[in-house]
Amino acid sequence: MRMPLRLLAVLFCCLWTGLAQAQIAQEILQSNSALVEKASRTSIGPVIDALAASGDPSAAVILGAWAEKGLGLRKSDGRFVLIAAQGDAYALRDLQGNDLGSAPRSDITELRPNAGVRGLIATALVQFNLSDPDRAKRAAALDSIATDPAEAGLAPLRASIPAETDPVLLAQKQRLERLLTLRFDPDSAARVAAIESFGADLGLDLRGALNPLLATRRVALAAGEAPQGNIAQRLIPGKTIAEAEAYALLQDAGLAPARLTLEAQRAALLANVENGAVGGIPVAELNTQAARDRAYTALETAGNVPVATTEDEVATALAQHQFLEIYQEADPAVTTAAKAALSAISQQVGLMQTADLALDGLSLASIYFLAAIGLAITFGVMGVINMAHGEFITIGAYTGFVVQQWVPNYTASIVVALPLAFAVTFALGVAMERLVIRHLYKRPLETLLATFGISIALQQILKNVFGTQARPLTSPAWLDGAWVLNDVVSISYIRIAIFGLALLFLGFFLWLMKRTRLGLEVRAVTQNPTMAASMGINPDRINMLTFGIGSGIAGIAGVAIGLFAKVTSELGTDYIVQSFMTVVVGGVGNIWGALAGATMIGGLQKAIEWLNPSNTLAAQTYMILFIILFIQVRPRGIIALKGRAAGD
Amino acid sequence: MSALLEVSGVTVSFDGFRAINNLTFTIGAAELRAIIGPNGAGKSTFMDIVTGKTRPDSGSVLFGDRSQSLLKLTEAQIARVGIGRKFQRPTVFEDQTVAENLTLALKAARSPWRVLAWKAKAADQARIAELAAEVGLSDHLARKAGELSHGQKQWLEIAMLLAQEPRLLLVDEPAAGMTPAERDRTTDMLVDIAKTRAVVVVEHDMEFVRRLNCKVTVLHEGAVLAEGSLDHVTRNKDVIDVYLGRGE
Amino acid sequence: MTDTRKSPSLFVFLAVLLGFTLLMTLLSEGYGSGHLSTSFIKTLGKTLCLCLAALAMDLIWGYAGILSLGHMAFFAIGGYMIGMWLMYARTREIVEAALSQGGLPATPQELEQGIASQIFGVVGASDLPAIWGFAYSFPLQMALVVLVPGLLALVFGWLAFRSRVTGVYLSILTQAMTLALALYLFQNDSGLRGNNGLSGLQNLPGLTDVGQDKLSMWFFWASALALGLAYLLMTWIVSGKFGSVIRAIRDDEARVRFLGYSVEGYKLFVFTLTAVIIALAGALYYPQAGIINPAELAPTASIYLAVWVAIGGRGRLYGAVIGAAVVSLLSSWFTGGRAPSIPLGFGTLDWVNWWQVLLGLTFVLVTLFAPKGLGGLFDTLAGLRSPNRRGAPLGPDQGALQEREALK
Repeated sequence: MRMPLRLLAVLFCCLWTGLAQAQIAQEILQSNSALVEKASRTSIGPVIDALAASGDPSAAVILGAWAEKGLGLRKSDGRFVLIAAQGDAYALRDLQGNDLGSAPRSDITELRPNAGVRGLIATALVQFNLSDPDRAKRAAALDSIATDPAEAGLAPLRASIPAETDPVLLAQKQRLERLLTLRFDPDSAARVAAIESFGADLGLDLRGALNPLLATRRVALAAGEAPQGNIAQRLIPGKTIAEAEAYALLQDAGLAPARLTLEAQRAALLANVENGAVGGIPVAELNTQAARDRAYTALETAGNVPVATTEDEVATALAQHQFLEIYQEADPAVTTAAKAALSAISQQVGLMQTADLALDGLSLASIYFLAAIGLAITFGVMGVINMAHGEFITIGAYTGFVVQQWVPNYTASIVVALPLAFAVTFALGVAMERLVIRHLYKRPLETLLATFGISIALQQILKNVFGTQARPLTSPAWLDGAWVLNDVVSISYIRIAIFGLALLFLGFFLWLMKRTRLGLEVRAVTQNPTMAASMGINPDRINMLTFGIGSGIAGIAGVAIGLFAKVTSELGTDYIVQSFMTVVVGGVGNIWGALAGATMIGGLQKAIEWLNPSNTLAAQTYMILFIILFIQVRPRGIIALKGRAAGD
Repeated sequence: MSALLEVSGVTVSFDGFRAINNLTFTIGAAELRAIIGPNGAGKSTFMDIVTGKTRPDSGSVLFGDRSQSLLKLTEAQIARVGIGRKFQRPTVFEDQTVAENLTLALKAARSPWRVLAWKAKAADQARIAELAAEVGLSDHLARKAGELSHGQKQWLEIAMLLAQEPRLLLVDEPAAGMTPAERDRTTDMLVDIAKTRAVVVVEHDMEFVRRLNCKVTVLHEGAVLAEGSLDHVTRNKDVIDVYLGRGE
Repeated sequence: MTDTRKSPSLFVFLAVLLGFTLLMTLLSEGYGSGHLSTSFIKTLGKTLCLCLAALAMDLIWGYAGILSLGHMAFFAIGGYMIGMWLMYARTREIVEAALSQGGLPATPQELEQGIASQIFGVVGASDLPAIWGFAYSFPLQMALVVLVPGLLALVFGWLAFRSRVTGVYLSILTQAMTLALALYLFQNDSGLRGNNGLSGLQNLPGLTDVGQDKLSMWFFWASALALGLAYLLMTWIVSGKFGSVIRAIRDDEARVRFLGYSVEGYKLFVFTLTAVIIALAGALYYPQAGIINPAELAPTASIYLAVWVAIGGRGRLYGAVIGAAVVSLLSSWFTGGRAPSIPLGFGTLDWVNWWQVLLGLTFVLVTLFAPKGLGGLFDTLAGLRSPNRRGAPLGPDQGALQEREALK
């Protein structure tokens, strides 16, 4: 309760700035010595603020010493002194730094501010640190203002700018100065100018500074009353504001009585049951809302219950009042400028988000492409439906996991895992081709079911060996983090790596099919096996190798996918349907088709997610529906083989 | 002679290659016609267009007394208005008996509901027996079609076509792979069938065409090169050029 | 053309089914000696429903050659539709009872509010979604059991067949369909309780004092009756001209088209008919299972359906039933932990973990070496042999039977 008086004294002291500036800090401390000695977070604020605002050059030293337990109270005369432990005594200096000799510990009360008080001191110290010779301290001070912008920061920040030598910090300071100006400067024109100086800057800090300017509150007024304040918009009940909410505003403002809720009505009726009836209506008949209303009205007439607002009265009350949304910020020029700036920014953000979305879509497309490229070979080129393709992906990922158990260096382990995964799944693919698929050529439906049998067997074996919980496949450190373009657009390095890998595979596939003897023979065998055989090509060997390569690529894809997805025995299952869709949508028998299919599916899925960001499940649902419809338009996929070759 | 099938100005191309180029010709109601031509002349494509498998880029195909356009109809609808097609390879349903094959083809309602409710009447049984007798398969009615010899399958297919009671029959190389005796019998059958309906035979084998003894249309590069009796067209200079000049 | 050849198998099947039902009844807890536990009766009842589904699958795949990998979606939809009524009616009873404790009889609004928050509290909603609009009425919701899957099959089938998607492409498309439905139902705001699914379906409204031992027998009888009727219907369909047409479509659909049959129409007919039958099977299955959730629509469920038919022998009605019964009963035996573990030198072979491996490999072997499946054994016993045509397939189409599979 004595606080205001003491404050007055403090302020009074401040008037003497010219006269006894050197003494001000001391005065402030001395006149609040009781508060300072037993400082608490709730009460000490004004004292610290006064110190900080005193302009006394020693204030920074005092505050710094106080926080570091370097401030003491000399018991003999009750003066504050700077202390430094010196054996079992203190070396003393007065607040201006003049040596006062030393004193035994018992003569001095060391001030021990608690954490809350130290926090307040630190905040106050920021303005001094802004001009501190130590660059790190200046940067920290800037950060602290930026994270918690306040009016108090503006003046010291401005003051520190001319002396700033570091160009980076200077730029930061100038930006922060404008951010604070647009929020806290008393001059309306300066604020508008600061807002306009940013243009369509994308920084989150700018949006963070602008948004509070447009904060609004909703008020209800009588119809004729002239509104006060900076009006954002008029609200129309039932259109721009829900009627219930509007009525709640009225109720809060004391302009209308409470509404009768169903629960309240029920309670009132129950409280007035007399002889098995309420208001003359038997309880058993109160099983409709209309009957209950009648009963309540009867009670109302009898005066047994308070008169409650009916729907009609609500409507009348709403009609008799106006509802407004009012900016917290009083200055219309500022809100207009902020609104314009935000809308420019949101346009820019929209553009950037589109770019970000495109990147996301591209990276999802690369994942689908990676998962599907093996299929593009086995299904697309050879026409073999391999339902165990997903398990090959899983096996690739587990190979990576096993390698990481032996090779601790993540980079080296990935380098080892990629070819090893290829080798493992290549061998599996070859074995599967020889044992099963070879006997089922031309019987695609049977192939589908037989490979499904292999798929469930493999999946269960993997589950038995590796357990059901997810196994980590850790990416090397240089793949962590993201490439950040600005506050909106960023993409993680791992996705870039996958994109690169997808491109690499595309190149590899094209090279293999178009430039090698094997590719030539593969194409020959798939187009006309009999003819190829009569030219000295062994179709069995070619089919085996092709299937092996397709499976091997699935293994490599598995390592890549394992780096960002959870490695479980069901990893492949999540990709198998999408992979088949990718190949079918793109057009069978053509690598560009797989690429187009992956791009379309990945891009569209991201686009649908963007329309309804909360729900990736729905996005996948709509994606699949879209594919089903797309097949109507282009039954043979985006890139279809044309002409007679497509006939059968 | 009123025309049963009227093909006019039909053009179709695959990837820029003109398989049929402004083809125009007509077939009468009870006519036997042979279509010959070198490989790639567009014979198969012509049949595909008439039966609805391939859609032409331009032109019109009209069928029947009311000159109904076939271009808007599906394959099944075209078959129902009365056009039967026999493929080069015998295509019968090998997993089903001869009797079942004939029942399938028998002229009757084709909608799923009507087929579900369909029951063989005495008249149907008699018709099946009659058709089987006509192609010499009376003893094989209960056998699976898959067990028949190649020639028997061809005849079964012809019987199935007859069971459909088409007004126009398109026959693709009926003599291919047949023994001389089977071939003679096939010729007689076709000539016989053509007495009541139009039959178009696509054939390579000149000897076979000669035995059919009918009007011949020569196709070349998707258009009619010559038309008339076999003797007439074989004397035609263009035809000679095309057939003899091909090897150069 | 009624095929007399099929009649003996029909008679035998129905006799076996009847005998089996009687035997189980006599051994049951509810109406017999109690040798069989109620849960075992439920397993048998569910197996009969799966047999019914397999029967329909055989019609569409074995006879019409369309390998649909999405038909279990209709099974689950049938279950969801009946489950909505069961859950609504049961919850209504509970809420009514609870509200009448409060002193005042419930108003319709209170009742609906109570039911909605009871059912949907778990997904954080308190309003009854529009799709529950018919759940209050048993006949309407029963109509939905048929109409919803029927319409879905009709629309999907129309789109797919119209664009002449065939063979594996159709399989992949149907797989996508069931995946899409599953993903949709997994959402909390799908109106069907997201991944919680519908539960408590084993309790019939109004029959709280009838024990599960009796209820399980009722469902068992209903399932057996449905299976018997469906077998009759299927036999009638496949032995007539319609059966002849769809087998012809399976082996060579282009040829059927040139005979004047609308192949798409027939496929659509079979697709929709089987979808409805499978939905009815699902509507009988899930009250016995007690719970349904979107995982039931996973694409693998539908592939398993095809696996049963293949193991039993496609293109034979009894084959499908045998396949479904044998595989699903063995499956529950092995995964239920009742099969004895086999001690090996280096460890024990625990069937719970290895059954699926065995199933998968068996399936590969059946596909490779016994395309006729278990049904083929019966043919051998009955002395039926196929003509030797040196292994050529019976038709050019992908769904065509191989010669080894064809019946004499």
